[in-house]
Amino acid sequence: MKALHHFIENRIQPHFVEGGKLKRFHVVYDGLETFLFTPGRTTQSGAHIRDGIDLKRTMFAVIIALVPALLFGTWNIGHQYFLSLADGGAAATMLDKLTVGAFKVIPLIVVSYGAGLAVEFIFAASRGHGIHEGFLVSGMLIPLIMPVDVPLWMVAMATIFAVIVAKEVFGGTGMNILNIALTARAFLFFSYPKQMSGEIWVADVATTKGAGLLVDGTTGATALGELANTVGAPATEAASMSIMSMFAQGGTYDLWNCIVGVIPGSIGETSAIAIALGALILIVTGIANLRIISSFLVGGLVMGFFFNLMGYNAYMTLPPLHQIALGGFLFGAVFMATDPVTASQTRRGMWIYGFLAGFLSILIRVVNPAYPEGVMMAILFMNVMAPTIDHYVVQANVSRRLKRGAKATAIASSQA
Amino acid sequence: MSHIIRIRSGLDIRLKGAANGAIINVAPGSKVAIHPSDYAGLTPKMFAKAGDVIACGDVLFFDKNNPEVKYVSPVAGTLLEPVRGAKRRILRVEVEVDSAGADRALVTLKPGAADGEQVRKAMLEGGLWPMLRQRPFDVVPAPNCVVRDIFVSGFDSSPLAPTAAQQLEGRMDDFQAGIDFLNACAPKGRQVQLGIAPGDSTFQGVNGVDTTVFKGPHPAGNVGVHIHHLAPVNAGESVWTMAMQDVANLGASLTSGCYVNQRTVALTGSRAQTALLRCTAGTLVDDLIVGRVELDGTRVVSGNVLTGTARTGEDALGAYHHQVSCIPEGDEPQFFLTKGWLGLGFDKFSASRTFPTWFMPKSAKFDLNTNLNGEERAFVMSGQYESVFPFDIYPVHLVKSIVVGDLDQMEQLGIYEVAPEDFALCEYVCTSKIDAQQIVREGLDTMMAELG
Repeated sequence: MKALHHFIENRIQPHFVEGGKLKRFHVVYDGLETFLFTPGRTTQSGAHIRDGIDLKRTMFAVIIALVPALLFGTWNIGHQYFLSLADGGAAATMLDKLTVGAFKVIPLIVVSYGAGLAVEFIFAASRGHGIHEGFLVSGMLIPLIMPVDVPLWMVAMATIFAVIVAKEVFGGTGMNILNIALTARAFLFFSYPKQMSGEIWVADVATTKGAGLLVDGTTGATALGELANTVGAPATEAASMSIMSMFAQGGTYDLWNCIVGVIPGSIGETSAIAIALGALILIVTGIANLRIISSFLVGGLVMGFFFNLMGYNAYMTLPPLHQIALGGFLFGAVFMATDPVTASQTRRGMWIYGFLAGFLSILIRVVNPAYPEGVMMAILFMNVMAPTIDHYVVQANVSRRLKRGAKATAIASSQA
Repeated sequence: MSHIIRIRSGLDIRLKGAANGAIINVAPGSKVAIHPSDYAGLTPKMFAKAGDVIACGDVLFFDKNNPEVKYVSPVAGTLLEPVRGAKRRILRVEVEVDSAGADRALVTLKPGAADGEQVRKAMLEGGLWPMLRQRPFDVVPAPNCVVRDIFVSGFDSSPLAPTAAQQLEGRMDDFQAGIDFLNACAPKGRQVQLGIAPGDSTFQGVNGVDTTVFKGPHPAGNVGVHIHHLAPVNAGESVWTMAMQDVANLGASLTSGCYVNQRTVALTGSRAQTALLRCTAGTLVDDLIVGRVELDGTRVVSGNVLTGTARTGEDALGAYHHQVSCIPEGDEPQFFLTKGWLGLGFDKFSASRTFPTWFMPKSAKFDLNTNLNGEERAFVMSGQYESVFPFDIYPVHLVKSIVVGDLDQMEQLGIYEVAPEDFALCEYVCTSKIDAQQIVREGLDTMMAELG
């Protein structure tokens, strides 16, 4: 590897330094060189030895944790596609399903990384700082929270918007207030409400329908979309009852199907098992905070339980466990709420932040049928609130210190 | 049975190269040196002139801001021209050693009988005062400083540090005398607070101390941790600390009437033939490591690898150091798949579980080099500093308040309670490679300047 480094240093680097033809692309070169070789830079002040961990490794661990959800999501795209066909896709093999899925997922990933990294490179070059690793994870998260048939240009737009407005204007990786991937999703949700609903959750539904290939009754809606239709009517109404029957044992959206993830939805969010595998990786490596994940789950369960007690409509009667297995709740708990930059940063704050985010996710989703993706709204809202939570937690520490000081002064003056 | 306090946050970095065995005496070489930079906040003003014949214990320079605080020569000899750097700042004050030279006679005091005023005066006059350090600010206290408590740490938990038994071998009487003198300075009804390692019997016979056992990983031995858990420093208070070997030096100096500043130094690290050396303060690093260290590609650190200063041959052992650590330089680029960020990392000791350290046996020792293992970034991860920082303080918030220069925030977040060394592990584990110790030192300096 010394030879390779020698080659890069002597043959490639000269083009990018002062006086070289490609000096303008210096940051790109720098980014790639530091990707290949951790620089031989040594400690100059303070501790002479440093931990092996760096941001690249941390981000890569998150990518690995996303792999189960990505693979399952890819398979599930194919699975849902074949299910939607008139013949039910009985003959489709696993490979067929993965192939169908890959044709959908790979372009999404390419577009997301391409658009995002282009923005990153431009900002890094114009500001003269290095390329930071934050987008490695955002670039993978964005495709995983997209509907299958979202137009690629919309993904590119959303990614560019999110990277610029949510991140770069604040100063780049580590400085952002809002989660970047969720900002991209929210951008699409609010800017293209028409295109972001309806027949985009199952691959090529519109085409197969046109060709008369679609199985009767397939709408390409998600479980949450169906549930939203029950809001505003009493739980006992016939239409609601028929929707709820899909959630009963043996229905399309029964608890088991939701946990395995063989239901339509955003690419990475459907399978509780795949997400749990990712969570396991993140928790074992200590990258995601268990406090946030667990309080998020508890928050969602508590809200679900309250709704059970109220029971005004069919949506509210859904058991809490089933409630949190639907939609992006689990994916949000593990991969979105735990983003350390946008979450609360104090231990106590994390409990509060996670709980409220989980609680609000279910609240928004059930109470406002226009926002089936309550998770996204809730986490973004809590991103904004996190500094406030931290402020009060830190302030408690400060006032403890001030009180202690005042007490010491009182004792000292009484002795004097 | 003494009180036990359990420290949960922290990290023991398991390095290769601990020092053991018999203590070897090392005589000073042709020169000894004092680095004014070892004393934070000191502006030295020369007292003796180059060419003066100096007795052991003669004043070399004093603190311009506190002229009563004098810095004396640990050996007899001739004062050389001070080595100056940019803006004529004094880097080193050097004395050519004359082994036949004289000792300056100091006041002798009787431990237990002397009162606080006498001890303070004798320490200031005898150049022993700079052995004291004060919280807040981690500096030498002002001569008129009102002290609330005096803390001595009875163990050093930092990587490869010598044990208390090694540091104080054969010096327990001096240590006891030093404790007695410090007790004379303590306020009425208070005595020296001594924090010791669990199961350590070195201090069993010591009288006049309140002993507390601190159990847990590094930084359990940091005196700042002891202060924080027993009686934290409030705004306006001053707590003194002294290293255990300096307590023995204080005792020896004031009872014998000669300036004694001896120390047992552990020569440690994977690049050294480890040894325990007894030398006088100011001994040059060269004289300590000669023949024992392969110098090529080695960083020689006076002190431990977390808080020490890099020194080359002409430099001397640091004023508060009792260890020299020799570790490999890591200035080679590391290919990402083998040694770099995506490597398996069996050779890297990490607090992060993305490395295999956590399931490797506890007996595995590591040979870490000085590579930064990454590039500096903004803070991204949370909870990292807290996991190695056993204080009821929010470390990242404090560091950020220093970076933005918000004095009120710094005070409120507890800057009076910390020293740079308390942030050494934070700096080690930091994913974003932020130089926390330097930031904290700058914060303390700003705060000190502001308070005047």
